[in-house]
Amino acid sequence: MTNRNSFINIFSKTKRRRSFSRGWYNFSRNPLSVVGMIILLLIIFAAIFAPYITPFPEHAGAFTNFREASKPPSSTYIFGTDSIGRDIFTRVIFGYRFSLILSIVVLALSIPPGVIFGLIAGYYQGTWIEIIIMRITDVFIAVPPFVLALAVAAMLSPNLFNQMMAISFVWWTWYCRLVYTMTTSLCHEDFVTEAKLVGASKTHILFREILPNCMGPILTKMTLDMGLVIIVGSSLSFIGLGVQPPKSDLGTMIAEGARRLPSEWWAAVFPAIAIIVVILAFNLLGDGLKDVFNIEEV
Amino acid sequence: MGKHIILRILQAIVVLFGLSILIFFIARIIPGDPARLILGPLATNEQIKELTEEMHLDKPFVVQYYYWLTSLLQGDLGKSLYTRRSITTDLKMFVPATLELMFFSFVISLIIGQVMGVFAGYFRDSWFDNLFRVFSYIGIATPAFAIAIFALIIFSYTLNIAPAIGRIGLWLDSPPQITGLFVIDSILTGQWRTAFEAFKHILLPAISLAIANIAQEGRITRSSIIDNLQKDYIIAHKVHGIPTRIIIFKYLLKPSLVPTVSIMGLDFACLLANAFLVETVFMWPGISRYGVTAMLNKDLNAIIAVVLFIGILYSLMNLIVDIVVSYLDPRIRLQRGGI
Repeated sequence: MTNRNSFINIFSKTKRRRSFSRGWYNFSRNPLSVVGMIILLLIIFAAIFAPYITPFPEHAGAFTNFREASKPPSSTYIFGTDSIGRDIFTRVIFGYRFSLILSIVVLALSIPPGVIFGLIAGYYQGTWIEIIIMRITDVFIAVPPFVLALAVAAMLSPNLFNQMMAISFVWWTWYCRLVYTMTTSLCHEDFVTEAKLVGASKTHILFREILPNCMGPILTKMTLDMGLVIIVGSSLSFIGLGVQPPKSDLGTMIAEGARRLPSEWWAAVFPAIAIIVVILAFNLLGDGLKDVFNIEEV
Repeated sequence: MGKHIILRILQAIVVLFGLSILIFFIARIIPGDPARLILGPLATNEQIKELTEEMHLDKPFVVQYYYWLTSLLQGDLGKSLYTRRSITTDLKMFVPATLELMFFSFVISLIIGQVMGVFAGYFRDSWFDNLFRVFSYIGIATPAFAIAIFALIIFSYTLNIAPAIGRIGLWLDSPPQITGLFVIDSILTGQWRTAFEAFKHILLPAISLAIANIAQEGRITRSSIIDNLQKDYIIAHKVHGIPTRIIIFKYLLKPSLVPTVSIMGLDFACLLANAFLVETVFMWPGISRYGVTAMLNKDLNAIIAVVLFIGILYSLMNLIVDIVVSYLDPRIRLQRGGI
């Protein structure tokens, strides 16, 4: 479980600055997490300024140049070109845009409902409210989330928006269960009892007393989930239920490249490495955050 | 114990019932007319009317669900709108291939994951441990389809030691169906060449599917070995001069395996999910590839059937894991009111 005192330090205003430097100290003691953070900052920077830093920004969309098609990696095209002559390096950087947007939107859509339902279910432990909410989450995790997301995405028409909707639809349950477990134990803490005794409202207790104490694990899970959502998103695209041509995210690029194996290996290999790098960076960062918040397991 | 298992089975049935409502509901509230969606833009009005009546699409949702559920309980999952066959027949045809893949992959990940985890944990901070940590970090961060593609490039196309696609070579007949698992069937009927071919074909997909689980299981085994090595009873054994081999196999292994076994349900979920990708890459004729084809063709009946089937498989596995864990850890067994 979590160390509650460290949360109180982090979230009380007077001690925030000191605890920040302590948190940074804990974080920076793990060199791998710092590496993860630096890689991530580089990727985010590259994704935001993709049109300015990539060698051939026009190759991100529908562009053809058959004279340069299927060229192996060279000094001009460092990752080679695809079957219609587009620079793969440029497309990888633009692909990062889709991956990052996808995971940010999915988490932004799925965390608030997950957290709120979790808080409510945990607070009303032992009542029918808890039973209904938690049995619904049971149904959602009765199949692996990826399979359900796949089924939902398949029934909608394939595009980035529906892909985000499908993943968010299955993702909220994890936050619901995480916050639920924490709330059930926090409910019996003295500070909650005190807040009840002085007549604090239920919204105050849920959002001002209990929620701040859940923030550490939520933030950590969020970081680790960024990587996971990218895996799920790119897997959906790989199957063909994501971004549609001529635009392409990393999963679609790998699927296109896989069709041209074994001769044009670069078309699949470089996007695949790109995706591993971004997921690895998020995982390393998440491990560092675990140290900051003293979390054993999320 | 018996009571506990019965309770878990009942719970699983309720959850699966809920899952069937959820997936059926999603299939019916999607925007647009399902019949139009299934038949495509070229369908005539008569065809659409026919299908609407066949699937009871003109009735309220609850009535549709009732019709669907009653035929499901009679073993009829409806007709696949893509293969034009009954889905039950389709499932019977594709399920054995997936079960074979799952079985091999599960066994591989179990053995390699445990062995690597135990060694890495016991020889902490050695070169092997460091290598293993790098491997497990990368293994967890790599999507299954990327692993499959790398495996294809390295072992099939570059080293040329494993066939790339399918369950068996084109020039060989499939063995007579007994269990449906090619390797086992051909061994049972004594066709050694076929068995060897089938084994060669399954090796690459099974390993690609297993990598993520090897990384995950190995990591957990490693940390639980490290935890247990610091326990007093292990130190006492060491002080008494009991050989390392006996300490590892007799005293260390069993308690250290409990965390690994208890996450085995999640590992299985990972296998089920990743099978969709690995089967697609290796063109493995299993249920997941059937599912992907159904999904890309908006074959609603088949999508529902595949999701439900995976739900059933997953619940079964969780049940087994539950029983195994309570066997391994007497504390859990006793907590639930004895055997």
